[in-house]
Amino acid sequence: MDQLLQTIKDGISMGSLYALIALGYTMVYGILKFINFAHSDVVVLGAWLSLVMADTTTRALGGAGAAGAPWWLGGAVLVTAMVACGLIGFTIERLAYKPLRGSPRLNVLITAIGVSLFLQNTGQLRAVFGTNPRSIPPLIHDATLLTVGQVNFKLLDLIGFGTAVALMIGLDYLVFHTKLGRAMRAVSHNRVTASLMGIPVDRVISFTFVTGAMLAAAGGFLWALKYETIKQPADSSWVLLGLKAFVAAVVGGIGNVRGAMLGGMAIGLLENFGSAYLSSSMKDVYVFALLIVVLLVRPGGILGKAVVEKV
Amino acid sequence: MLEVTDLRVNYGAIKALHGVTLRVNRGEIVTLIGCNGAGKSTTLRAISGIVRAAGGSITYEGRDLAGLKPHDIVRLGLVQAPEGRGIFSNMTVAENLELGAFIRSDRDGISADREKALTLFPRLRERLDQSAGTLSGGEQQMLAIARALLTRPKLLLLDEPSLGLAPQIVQIIFRIIREINEQGATILLVEQNAHMALKVAHRAYVLDVGRIVMEGKASDLAASEDVQDAYMGRKRAG
Repeated sequence: MDQLLQTIKDGISMGSLYALIALGYTMVYGILKFINFAHSDVVVLGAWLSLVMADTTTRALGGAGAAGAPWWLGGAVLVTAMVACGLIGFTIERLAYKPLRGSPRLNVLITAIGVSLFLQNTGQLRAVFGTNPRSIPPLIHDATLLTVGQVNFKLLDLIGFGTAVALMIGLDYLVFHTKLGRAMRAVSHNRVTASLMGIPVDRVISFTFVTGAMLAAAGGFLWALKYETIKQPADSSWVLLGLKAFVAAVVGGIGNVRGAMLGGMAIGLLENFGSAYLSSSMKDVYVFALLIVVLLVRPGGILGKAVVEKV
Repeated sequence: MLEVTDLRVNYGAIKALHGVTLRVNRGEIVTLIGCNGAGKSTTLRAISGIVRAAGGSITYEGRDLAGLKPHDIVRLGLVQAPEGRGIFSNMTVAENLELGAFIRSDRDGISADREKALTLFPRLRERLDQSAGTLSGGEQQMLAIARALLTRPKLLLLDEPSLGLAPQIVQIIFRIIREINEQGATILLVEQNAHMALKVAHRAYVLDVGRIVMEGKASDLAASEDVQDAYMGRKRAG
């Protein structure tokens, strides 16, 4: 019983992280029809920026650790990391992708891989984040809120899950209930027709990138809170994280915002149930096995529509 | 109101328009007829700023449109209802109409225009919450026109509004085109259905392989033997 509860808790907590990251992939795909391979590197940036900011501020406050940190510091770090990554997302789109607007998709894809390598390797510079793993100082005193059996529900669990859910609800509202969201969906459906409605297509695309990068930063921040050691920017575990979030987007139906949330949760739960009840060394296998099954049975994803390629 | 002079457009190495010159005066319905591939849609796409002109000029209300983005051109009141009924099939009819009013923020004006558009097309009112992709071809065309009306066009560009529609629906669409014109919008109508287009329009241009080959009053062109032979199916070439 305890194991079941613990697995569900871990699965949902991991799943909400995957979902946050998957949203960035799916939004950019929805609007530009290409996979932004540099997206996982923005997650890394978000994690590292959070770490650096948390480290500098707690040091400046005189004490390492949560004791000296005001309660709002975590929120401030999160917001600053999101704004910074939003700006970086904007810059990446402007410099790397926008000039390729009319060119074949393959060119954009290769450029994205280039941007990804650039971010990874710049991040490793000693003047930037360096190549050693580091850990984020505790920003908040983590208290146990509730214990069921032997499963502890802690404050940080609640904050992590709550932040992810709040951001997803916010995004869902933005996409489905605002004028800007309607413009985003219009651009995603047909760029030319959208421009004939008077929608400034380039600005909507920029905005989409910024939003995706901000969610990635939040994902990085929550990741940093969750795992004590933050690996160096080019570490393969980051690539795997990005890859799994991408799988979440595809499983949910690429281009579909609600699908990405669902896919993220599905993958988080699957991974944790697999490692708890079958074998933990096969953790990654379950995720990619699910991808294969979904691609075979329902290639459009759970919430996606089968798209007939027009010739 | 609109003056197109010696407009040339290339798609890569292919020359689609070799110097098209036409004008539309305020209050008119002008039609541009011609066969498939003559360059009719390309002309409209160039006017809306979707494709870039390789030469010539497009002037609207005395202003050169060169270099303006499509969304800037829409804001000048030059609105196109695109071919293939470019509607947003993944959204509801109501959402499509709201997108038509994207550039506007005068709530009262928008709901008045929406009401007017739904009175012109009562079928859309019954289907407001339905996904636009589930509409019939005729209804999709009605939606495309209604949506363009919500943008409050001074000059409305219509690209093949009768394409693929049943004859009764075509009748309805053309009656409404005339009504829209009587309510004050100037119209540039691109059509393959020369018979209907010449009936509704004041003046007409005939486009053939990227060139204007004939122009004049719509009634004169409708009476012309050449036009009847080539575009109205009077005689079959044997």
